[in-house]
Amino acid sequence: MKQSSNRAFLSGNAAVARGAWEAGVRFAAAYPGTPSTEILEYCGTYSEIDAQWAVNEKTAMETVIGACYGGARSLCAQKHVGLNVAADPFFTVGYTGVNAGLVIVSADDPGMHSSQNEQDNRYYAMMAKIPMFEPANSQEAKDMTRAAIKLSEEYDTPVLLRMTTRTSHSEGIVSLGERETAPEREFVRDMAKYCVLPNNARRLHVKVEERLKKVAEFAGNCEFNRIETGDTRIGIISSGISYSHAREVFPKASYLKLGLTFPMPTELIKKFAETVETLIVIEENEPFIETAVRVLGIKCIGKDRLPVCGELNPDIIHEALKDLVDKPMPQLTKIPDVEIPVRPPVLCPGCPHRGIFFILRKLDCTVTGDIGCYSLGAFPPHNAIHTIVCMGASITNSLGIEKAMKEKIHGKLVAVLGESTFMHSGISGLIDTVYNKGRHVTIILDNSITAMTGHQENPASGRTLKGEPAKVLDFEAICHACGVTNVHTVDPFDLKAVESTLKTALADSEPSVIIARRPCFLLKSYKPKVQLVSINRDKCVKCGICWKLGCPAIEVNQQDGKTQINTALCVHCGLCAAVCRPGAITQAKEEA
Amino acid sequence: MGKNILLCGVGGQGTLLASNLLAECAMEAGFDVKKSEIHGMAQRGGSVVSHVRFGERICSPIIRKGECDILLAFEELEALRWTEYLKPGGLVLSNAQNILPMSVSAGNARYPQNITETLARISAEVTSVDAIGKARELGNQKCLNVVLLGVLARRIDEIKPEIWPEMIRKMVPQRLQELNLKAFKTGWELA
Repeated sequence: MKQSSNRAFLSGNAAVARGAWEAGVRFAAAYPGTPSTEILEYCGTYSEIDAQWAVNEKTAMETVIGACYGGARSLCAQKHVGLNVAADPFFTVGYTGVNAGLVIVSADDPGMHSSQNEQDNRYYAMMAKIPMFEPANSQEAKDMTRAAIKLSEEYDTPVLLRMTTRTSHSEGIVSLGERETAPEREFVRDMAKYCVLPNNARRLHVKVEERLKKVAEFAGNCEFNRIETGDTRIGIISSGISYSHAREVFPKASYLKLGLTFPMPTELIKKFAETVETLIVIEENEPFIETAVRVLGIKCIGKDRLPVCGELNPDIIHEALKDLVDKPMPQLTKIPDVEIPVRPPVLCPGCPHRGIFFILRKLDCTVTGDIGCYSLGAFPPHNAIHTIVCMGASITNSLGIEKAMKEKIHGKLVAVLGESTFMHSGISGLIDTVYNKGRHVTIILDNSITAMTGHQENPASGRTLKGEPAKVLDFEAICHACGVTNVHTVDPFDLKAVESTLKTALADSEPSVIIARRPCFLLKSYKPKVQLVSINRDKCVKCGICWKLGCPAIEVNQQDGKTQINTALCVHCGLCAAVCRPGAITQAKEEA
Repeated sequence: MGKNILLCGVGGQGTLLASNLLAECAMEAGFDVKKSEIHGMAQRGGSVVSHVRFGERICSPIIRKGECDILLAFEELEALRWTEYLKPGGLVLSNAQNILPMSVSAGNARYPQNITETLARISAEVTSVDAIGKARELGNQKCLNVVLLGVLARRIDEIKPEIWPEMIRKMVPQRLQELNLKAFKTGWELA
């Protein structure tokens, strides 16, 4: 089992990109979203794949649909909630079918490690009538991406590849293959296929139903749906990462391992169920497979014992099915009873968002928030965000609140979102606000990168995914063009300017926008001047104002209760010096 | 033959590179390997953990509670947080460094005292090393992760000693190789 050049240790996401490359994919697009982000980053490392960041999942989906119509094997990727944004074109391409192969990746997040819900996107496959693969590990992620492109072209259908956080971000050994040459497929004008006018769509729907029957037959013979015969007293049907966990708990049982789970291989399920004594369906979140099994009139154990909420793991499966497992739970180490403080994520030292939340809280604003690093503004000690719904919702949430509360909220209401989220779907909310006579303040935090997902370029960065120079969007001009008269630009490190600008904006009788512009401190290209920050602890009166900044470099000394600065973490942004009333913390005037 | 190793620490400490190197070395040694970690929000100074499992055949990428052979902690509080995964008699290797979580630095919670003693009550096999001090002596505290990898490597008999530097040369950018090879050797000698 010596490593050779044709094997690599890959994450599920890297394996999807590798599979796309091997399958001859030429075009890929996505909007970043955990846990899907790295798929496009890895696609971008292959010179043969034209990979790009889109401004949102819908434009990404529409572009790859165009690319596949135009003859390029294509891929788009998004997190589960991203597919909500892209659902409209997703359903339609289910009707039109493809020209070159099209694989659509949904990376779901059971356990909500980095998401606002744990919707099970397998139901999208069923609802849009689009075939779906569910890989269990990195090798399958690569193999199924290739199989998806093949299936897509053979059956004239897009294919959904459903990843989860654990398959996307777990790594395993993958054997590598060569890149196939895709045949030339010119775009042929075919209105009956590509124009979903009602009369065409009616015919297309009939075709979709016929196609599904054929794919269902294929599912029954597909190499990814297989019976693994073991001890027939226990039979387990499972898919995705749940299969990998189940194998640890029931190593000797019989398995029906499903990889192509929509359309469901019903004959195979019936055949398997007949050969085993006790049938268990093990799957994360919703009873997707279990429902299909029960519809066939087959009795099974499933969500009556296993949880719907959260991720599965071998411990949870073992505990839920203890009476059926022929080995005891592992013996645990005895742990003394010690209170362990939690360590949630925090805004980084030097983060340009920190001062904004400090001022918003100081002015006691009601703040509708959005999705990004700045969502952390909802945590203590900031406590400065009061709603978070979905990408782009901050501006329209504010508009709705002021429609409901009118004069009671005027002068207090602020929407906060990042520049990437503004471009994603905030901009339409701003137009809505102006048109419908809202007057809340919108703060666009422009740090010139999509930061939370790990620094992806966007139209504010001046670079593309491939690192090529790109035009920078003019946010001030966009806001003016939306009809906002009062557009202010501030440096978020200049707290006095932030406060006075916000006060002016809150007093306006029209909607206003404040663009708080400073790059993410972690950007490699960002080299701010350093003016050293230091503390004279004799002057500290423990007033606690600097603690409200929520900076990891500001610490309370466990002995005397005074502030100390952790010099290993401090980046000398100077915010603490700006808020320190007794003058204990100071920042040098000269550059270091 | 095989091991379950949990690497834990604080976002930004470099647990990711250490777990990658470990996994690649185990693969080079001829084992099946799986690794799992969570990205995203955890990067921003939060708790981070990597599961690395190697053996003849590995299915689940997640280590079960009570089945972790070695806990490699980059920070003491994080060592304490993940001990419930340790098998009875499992080994704890910990960097003697304390990084205060926001709840503690803001004065709302207390950092547990005498963690090394508490860990010693949990497992008979606890090695606490000043890896961060050694990394600073080497002139770059970012090589903490490879110092700790050296500490860990000494305790993994399944992987031949020469594989480690070989994979460091292969995976670390050229300009950082010398530093990391030194860091690895320092860790190896600390253990």
